[in-house]
Amino acid sequence: MSTPTRTAPRRTAPPVGGYLTLAGATLVVVLPLAWMVLSSFKSSGEIVSLPIQWLPTSLAPENYLEAGRTAPFGRFFLNSLIVTSVGASLKVILALLTAYGLVFIRFPGKKIIFAGILVALMVPAHMSLVPNYTLIAGWGGRNTLWGIVLPGLGTAFGTFLLRQHFLSLPRSIVEAAEIDGAGHWRRLVSIVGPVSAPTIATVGLISIVGEWNEYLWPLIIVDTPEHMTLPVGLTLLQNIEPGATSWGVLMAGTAFVLVPVLLVFAALQRYIVAGLTQGAVTG
Amino acid sequence: MSAPVLDAPGVRTPPQPHDTTAVEQEPVARRSLWARHRAEYLTFLLFVTPNMALIAVFTYRPLLLNAQYSTLQWNLGSSTATVIGLDNYVRWFTDPRSLEVVRVTAIFTLTTVGATLALGLALATVLNRPLRGTTFARSVVFAPYVLSGVGVGMVWLFIFDPTYGALSAVLRLWGATSPEWYLDRDWALAMVIVVYVWKNLGYAAVIYLAALQSVPKDLLDAAALDGAGRSRTFWKITVPLLSPTTFFLVITTVLSSLQSFDLIHVMTKGGPLDGTTTLMYQVYVEAFVTGRAGYSSAISMILFTVLLVMTLSQMRFLETKVHYS
Repeated sequence: MSTPTRTAPRRTAPPVGGYLTLAGATLVVVLPLAWMVLSSFKSSGEIVSLPIQWLPTSLAPENYLEAGRTAPFGRFFLNSLIVTSVGASLKVILALLTAYGLVFIRFPGKKIIFAGILVALMVPAHMSLVPNYTLIAGWGGRNTLWGIVLPGLGTAFGTFLLRQHFLSLPRSIVEAAEIDGAGHWRRLVSIVGPVSAPTIATVGLISIVGEWNEYLWPLIIVDTPEHMTLPVGLTLLQNIEPGATSWGVLMAGTAFVLVPVLLVFAALQRYIVAGLTQGAVTG
Repeated sequence: MSAPVLDAPGVRTPPQPHDTTAVEQEPVARRSLWARHRAEYLTFLLFVTPNMALIAVFTYRPLLLNAQYSTLQWNLGSSTATVIGLDNYVRWFTDPRSLEVVRVTAIFTLTTVGATLALGLALATVLNRPLRGTTFARSVVFAPYVLSGVGVGMVWLFIFDPTYGALSAVLRLWGATSPEWYLDRDWALAMVIVVYVWKNLGYAAVIYLAALQSVPKDLLDAAALDGAGRSRTFWKITVPLLSPTTFFLVITTVLSSLQSFDLIHVMTKGGPLDGTTTLMYQVYVEAFVTGRAGYSSAISMILFTVLLVMTLSQMRFLETKVHYS
């Protein structure tokens, strides 16, 4: 007779509430993004019609063409692509070399250098805005792509993540290569690198997402459309095109910024989530 | 360069030649010890210097320069500056506008962090239940976290449009009218807070989920056997067990909330009437809109101090926690 009270909390009723929460949370994320895509296909008349017209009548890419006519979106896209690929790959290479050195090469001051990495991790980005602006501007880096990329290349975060991973590798595989007479470069390229491919990919993905979304620094260092990245160019479009009728064009421009990352995320989300959260938990 | 010599070190059994050469070179070894170390050191420097030099120039150097700039009356782009000591700090602390900025920063930070953590935990407990589709839901919920703040701000700006936005359409269906989100200080702040939480919720949820999965199952079973209901188990066992995760999330989300820029810049530009100007946004405006670089540097030193205290308290906590377990 006492059993019902015991089993009651353990009995599983159909988890309707759980499913409702899941569906609700998913919709709250998906609907705004779907709204962006739908609106990007609406004509200006459909955008401002009252009562609201939820679906576009055609899938004509008029707003995308208009966005490209108003601002050089092709150029923005190319700039973002260059900044992201150059920035992210150099970051990964620099982080790899540093982390390898810190773990596998003999050097007296390694602990101090690692402490320096930890300090750099703690310095917030806003501290460097004015000093880096004057420096890069002094070097003639305003309105250049290298001016956008250069200050962000030194990477404490990637180094930290890779170092933690290298420490977990069995030392014997590297020692075996050493006995075989392989130099450090060879050990890094043909053993440590391949073995660490998933972690390197994670650092690479985080760098790609970060470079693609970076806004504040490019906003400060660039003011000519030819050198703007997509996020900066999008706010340029916002300033050029005020008024209600331009929402469709703005949503088309926004799709240029959001959709590429969404696609990368959809394909590789497991690695991205693992990387971002792993870095967070160890840091 | 990458000749296929050492593909599988475990498979190669006969590395004898090296052994014999090692024995042959025995007398030379002592002398070449220093030389071999020097090669090692040079390799280290070759590997580590580029990254560390970049970090020194673009991270350490600004840290020191900021402190110096904060003592100057200096406009960005101007070649002349006057040393004015701590006047910039005095000015900020005596300006009534600063109180407003601190108020907005406090409201923004407290509400975004509170909502992100509470909703994140709620979501994580649902994601932790054995339901179909949780893997899919998990990645959907996390997705906004990797999206550009500028793009997200733009999408939501349209949704909040008082006349043509989707939100006002929904409100009209219920017979309500949309508030003027862009024109009213409090509504504007509320709008940015909502979007910020939307963007960052998934992060807290995923971190909480990882922590929930490490809660020992037998502890929960024991509580159930003792007749504790689901909510009692949650509040008395799960939540206390999660407290290190909660503390970690409080610190990290406070740090990122204090530094948020993209959404504010795209959605409100700090307005209306400074209604959404946080400390971080003020640093930007003073340097790059108003041009008062010295004053901006002083504010950025103040913000840095706040962030440093948060970071140090986190490290302190993690240290004590390590000793504890």
